[in-house]
Amino acid sequence: MLSTAVHLAADTPAQLLPSRELMAFTLASHILLVPFGVALPLITLVMHYRGLRRGDQVAMKLARRWSAVMAVQFAIGVVTGTVLSFEFGLLWPGMMGRWGDVFGLGFGVEAWAFFLEAIMIAIYLYGWRRLKPWPHFWLAVPLPLTAMMGAFGIIAANSWMNTPQGFSLDSQGNPTDVDVRKAVFTPIFGTEYWHFVVAMFLTAGYVVAGVYAVGWLRGRRDRYHKLGFMVPFTIAAILTPIQFFLGDSAARSVFHKQPVKFAAMEIVWKTDTHVPEYLFGRLHSDGSISGGIKIPQLDSILAGFKPDTKVTGLTSVPAENRPTAAEATLVHFCFDLMATIGSVLVLLALWYAWLWWRRRDMPENRWFLRCASLAGVACLVTVECGWIATEVGRQPWIVYNHMRVSEAVTQTGAGGLWAMLAVVVVVYIAVIGSFLGILLKMRTRWRVADEADAASATALEPEADTPYGPRHAADAATAAAPSGGGPESGSSKGSSGGGR
Amino acid sequence: MMADVIAWVLVVVIAAYACGGGTDYGAGFWDLLAGGADRGKRPRWLIDHAMAPVWEVNNVWLIFVLVLMWTGFPTMFQAVFTALWLPLVLAAVGTVLRGAGFALRKPSRRLARRRVYGAVFAVASLLTPFFLGSVLGGVASGRVQVGTPPTAHVWANPTSILAGLLAIAATAFLGAVFLVADARRFGADDLIDYFRLRALLAFGAVVVLAAIALPVTHDDASYVWHGMTRGLGLLMVILAACSGVLTVVLLLRRAHRWSRHTAVATVALAVIAWGFAQRPYLLPSTLTVADGAGAAHTLRWLGIVTIIAVVLVGPGLVLVYRLDTKGELEPLTDSDTGAAGLPGDNV
Repeated sequence: MLSTAVHLAADTPAQLLPSRELMAFTLASHILLVPFGVALPLITLVMHYRGLRRGDQVAMKLARRWSAVMAVQFAIGVVTGTVLSFEFGLLWPGMMGRWGDVFGLGFGVEAWAFFLEAIMIAIYLYGWRRLKPWPHFWLAVPLPLTAMMGAFGIIAANSWMNTPQGFSLDSQGNPTDVDVRKAVFTPIFGTEYWHFVVAMFLTAGYVVAGVYAVGWLRGRRDRYHKLGFMVPFTIAAILTPIQFFLGDSAARSVFHKQPVKFAAMEIVWKTDTHVPEYLFGRLHSDGSISGGIKIPQLDSILAGFKPDTKVTGLTSVPAENRPTAAEATLVHFCFDLMATIGSVLVLLALWYAWLWWRRRDMPENRWFLRCASLAGVACLVTVECGWIATEVGRQPWIVYNHMRVSEAVTQTGAGGLWAMLAVVVVVYIAVIGSFLGILLKMRTRWRVADEADAASATALEPEADTPYGPRHAADAATAAAPSGGGPESGSSKGSSGGGR
Repeated sequence: MMADVIAWVLVVVIAAYACGGGTDYGAGFWDLLAGGADRGKRPRWLIDHAMAPVWEVNNVWLIFVLVLMWTGFPTMFQAVFTALWLPLVLAAVGTVLRGAGFALRKPSRRLARRRVYGAVFAVASLLTPFFLGSVLGGVASGRVQVGTPPTAHVWANPTSILAGLLAIAATAFLGAVFLVADARRFGADDLIDYFRLRALLAFGAVVVLAAIALPVTHDDASYVWHGMTRGLGLLMVILAACSGVLTVVLLLRRAHRWSRHTAVATVALAVIAWGFAQRPYLLPSTLTVADGAGAAHTLRWLGIVTIIAVVLVGPGLVLVYRLDTKGELEPLTDSDTGAAGLPGDNV
């Protein structure tokens, strides 16, 4: 990435490189939180519903704990997202100045969807103690919809940058005759949107399930870990094959709507039929390819189902209008890594289906659980890869074929931007590091409490098969520890939640 | 016509952010001044409890401001973000530190960590409104034009500095008035007088700063100065002043029921006065609303989106503020999630 950008910097404004790095860094950080912002509410609500419906205290405990995680995670997501809004102006004022009124409306939709989400999440997270159980649940039910609505706005804007339409240009090249509906529903929008949304849900599912798979592997084989694994993993496993087809159709719509980007994704140098597929490999600036596994004909077949499908090559446009060889290699690598991990995840989902069909219970195969605990991390990698493939593949354009990144960049000097990058990197590392530290601390607290419960339950009734202790034991354990709440926190113990 | 409507929507949303976000910044300001860990324990506890459920909602107004700017008035957005680059960067970084500091402080159980997160939150609560205020001052003083390069004088000038300080004082005032009501709601009687005194002091600071601003901005921001001293601008200034005085009277008579509303009216009317004073300019006195407006079709849709937002978000907003002020919203405690204490916990 860096070398690519250095290479580019030769004939571009000095502030372009730090601006791109800053945008890349802040977006790469934020996008890791997005799956949880979009999908954790749904997963929590499924667990919450189960708890309420069946009076299942273990499910309720999981839902409450996930809410506690959500409270911190949502806040970090809000602030890292706000930074991105600022950066549109701070880094790319040229794009917003000329095109803001053409494609900005998607953000308007996103803003009110996000507003609703913030309102409902506040009611949900802070409603556990005082609201009645079922109204509390139902007030949160629209949350996943607002999250998807927010994603609608963001993806509408991004897909417009990839396949801009809904305007015509006047004699000075400025957009006129804006048609908002066309600008929101651009050709690439549908496939990009569903591919993205499903990615968010399955990533969150695999990450959450992975936490409990690790716990199970470490010998904590109780109902708590079983539920914590199976609910999110099942959601993710159902979505995985769907995502496989969505990803495939997304790639094909790139082939049709952004042929040069597709050429970068598949490192196709010259327009041709019977194009081979390279698994990984490097593209050099003379068009030669080194490394990688070559499969004859396959790229043409994947793009158009026939070996004689014509695939546009990078050289179909002048060098200054396409990604550089280094950029194309990066895009190709990310695309292939995403496709590879996606395919492996399909196998994992099938494995899960097989194990479920055989036993109808928590899979206990250690190798399966080892793979399952890695699935979440792998998904986060694919999220980054997919995003790099979209964004770097669009280079050198910020608005595909209409405005270059170098035309949109701010006038601020490169020095100031490098300084800002340094500050932002330090701040983000501190914030995200502390965030992860807090999550680990929360996990430890819960584990210690659960182990104390289990011990006291065994001491009380040796034969009982209860995987969790009676409620008063938990209260005793926390009452003994210094409590962190305010003056009133002692009075309302045990009155919480909707389980009763 | 539609451009004017959207411009007014922008002013109203800025006013909403000044009131909603302002209250949060103010709470952070008092967190900063609450003293050491022992002395500041009670006020900080109240600030934590009062802010927690609503601060994210309040933060979204800012995103609305940005979206309305770049979609409705892209030229103005470009000019402002080019010329006022540095204060906007600092405000953005401040927003991150503030939100993260606040969110991370609550689940921390060690005093040393809480101190660090709390300090980050509180200092950022001071700096962010200052820089946002100075941006507003830079625009109001007419120093931002289309194509103005990012130089220091655009935001390091008398009007900007005064606007930044006024923003801090106004948020401190709002924060203290709200915390008086919150102290009543949570039954923390000792904190009612604590924040009452601070609300009065903050209002004093607002009056002093306004008195300094009056002569200083006469030449430095003459267009807006003249707009605020005549016509509807003046009327709004007078109404804002009346609301402020009424708030003081209510505070002095310990009639805390309505003081929040009058405090919000004070700040909102002041922002609206600025809106009237700056008519018909987005950037006085070079770019008018009509000239800076985006495509007509987009503005119409922006109007529709705004109406949908009002219809959908309005009831939700009323619900969340109602639940919050009735004390129905409480954070999950350790006993709710079944969390144990760990060695080293000391909070």
